[in-house]
Amino acid sequence: MGYVAVRGGTEAVLRAEELAACLRLLGGSSPLQLPQISDQLRHAVSRAMHEGALYAPLLAALAVKQAEGDSIEASFLLRAYRTTLTRVMATLPASGRAMACMRRISASFKDIPGGQLLGPAQDYQIRLLQPLLALEDDDALAQALMRYAALVAAGAPQAGAIGHFPKVAAYLRTEQLLVDPPLETEAEPFDLTRQALAFPCPRSARLQALAQADSSSLMTFAYSSVRGYGDAHPTLAELRYGYLPIQVAHPLTGEAVTIGEIEATECEMVSKAHSVSNSSAPPRFNLGYGFAFGQSEVKVMSMAILDSVMTQARLGSLSGASGPAANEEFVLLHCDGIEASGFTAHYKLPHYVTFEADLRVLDRAREHHEAQEP
Amino acid sequence: MQQNDDHLYTFGLLDEDAKREIRRSLLKAVAIPGHQVPFASRDLPIARGWGTGGLQITLAIITPEDTLKVIDQGDDAGVNAVNLRRLITQTTGVATTVATSEASLIQTRHRIPEEPLRADQILVLQVPMVDPLRWVEPNLERATVMHGEADYGRMWVYMYESVVRAGDLRIASQYPVMVNGRYMMDTTPIPRWDVPRLDMAEALFLFGAGREKRIYAVPPHTSVVPLQFEDYPFRTEYQAGQRCVRCGAENTFLTSHFVAGPADGGQWVTSCSDTNFCDQRLGAGEVQP
Repeated sequence: MGYVAVRGGTEAVLRAEELAACLRLLGGSSPLQLPQISDQLRHAVSRAMHEGALYAPLLAALAVKQAEGDSIEASFLLRAYRTTLTRVMATLPASGRAMACMRRISASFKDIPGGQLLGPAQDYQIRLLQPLLALEDDDALAQALMRYAALVAAGAPQAGAIGHFPKVAAYLRTEQLLVDPPLETEAEPFDLTRQALAFPCPRSARLQALAQADSSSLMTFAYSSVRGYGDAHPTLAELRYGYLPIQVAHPLTGEAVTIGEIEATECEMVSKAHSVSNSSAPPRFNLGYGFAFGQSEVKVMSMAILDSVMTQARLGSLSGASGPAANEEFVLLHCDGIEASGFTAHYKLPHYVTFEADLRVLDRAREHHEAQEP
Repeated sequence: MQQNDDHLYTFGLLDEDAKREIRRSLLKAVAIPGHQVPFASRDLPIARGWGTGGLQITLAIITPEDTLKVIDQGDDAGVNAVNLRRLITQTTGVATTVATSEASLIQTRHRIPEEPLRADQILVLQVPMVDPLRWVEPNLERATVMHGEADYGRMWVYMYESVVRAGDLRIASQYPVMVNGRYMMDTTPIPRWDVPRLDMAEALFLFGAGREKRIYAVPPHTSVVPLQFEDYPFRTEYQAGQRCVRCGAENTFLTSHFVAGPADGGQWVTSCSDTNFCDQRLGAGEVQP
């Protein structure tokens, strides 16, 4: 019987998409509304934004819905939308100092100027499934909201509840405990959407690549570095989460104009693997920086650890084994979730031609092997 | 959080088989001081890296008669200490205390209490990194062979290089020690100040690493010697003239913190990291103004 090669690609692709869409609706549950996603799946929305490298909470909620909760796919949708937008201008450098913090913690000192502000955090939550959450209805929601309103009414209005705080890193600098990464003086930061990454790369390129990287990949690289394949020894100088005002220079007057604020998480890690190779300067702690849209704490901490490790590796000051996480090229070229998932998945594409060529090579290798046998 | 009296959870949260396995590992660890004993390390409702190793040991050995103390950075009120204490008491109902002398079982992160421990007390330490060889040999298979053969040369080279580069044994916490003259052991991130107090102590020290799935121990009256060179002896963080701003103690481990003053002012001060020790001195009127 003759073998008929699979054709009819167009029809098959359309039907496959239809079937996938059908699976989402088949259960007959009521459709997810975007506010439900932005309110109740906050972290999924944050992740789509920082990995998609576009601050757009509503579109991110749409992406999460469309991707059916697949985080890389949601980021991909946003990234694919971003590329259609005109790049208008670069914002002025935004300092985390200007952030209106909802949360601000340091692991370096028990009390810090301005104080620790635990804020919204689930770190200390005991991870037990809450069956009541499964039964949550509109009444339960209304009751909870009333309870929160009562709490707010009962507490005296605290001026510092969403507050501005000095930076712990600023104190460490005052005390000459910190060495900042070498200053770069380009007028504008590197833009990965306009230039290909080449090595050695400026730190702005590194930070941009890390900021839009897949969170899980960054976490894995950072974890390998602190667990044993590296010499990082990080301490959390500060982690802050809140609203950060964004400014641009007025095109005519050049004056700084605030165009809005973004929800963001920022982190500074100091590493005890201090600069010791530079004999002219006294040893100091090294600084790593992390930043992401939304509340994305593990990501910014991973980013800060990697930034610190890469700076040390660049300065040649690592005294122990530096490990794969200190290899800037290795990390930056593999941490982008959209590139990595795209290429990994591309093996689903037809490879009939290359595989045919592989078969021929295998044939020749076998012939060679047989010829060698006595 | 469910109470243990509704039979959904057993006393001490973990199932009895898990507790038995941990106790067996503990016995082996005590029998071979400083040797890392693998254990299965169950999942807990606490994140990995937040004290799950120490917690499993505590839950495996705690009895209804125990009096528990939980500290983090020496502080009974540290957020993580509060959280772990909450879980342990909710699943066991045992009595708790902040007084070191009243506790039969103490779980700690990063500190050994200042007050010397007695023979009837057990200190459970939470361990992030189990192997002192990690810095020179991250591969577990090779590091295990090195421990088996007491092949610690590369660690000595690491220490020597740190002296040449930084002028000191460049390890601040989790200082490596030789236990009972045989195994090199990671002391977990306790400061150097606490290291000598492991040596020939009265109490039993149990170390649990949940993520790394290892248990090790320093039994009472066991020698614990920090790695050092004749010309670069081990030194603690102690500085002549140091003093706690609260209780005036001149011989404790101090941490820095910021005290806000009127208006925008304020200053950095140092005080005892062991809050109970500090409070007791204050209460007993030992304050030297």
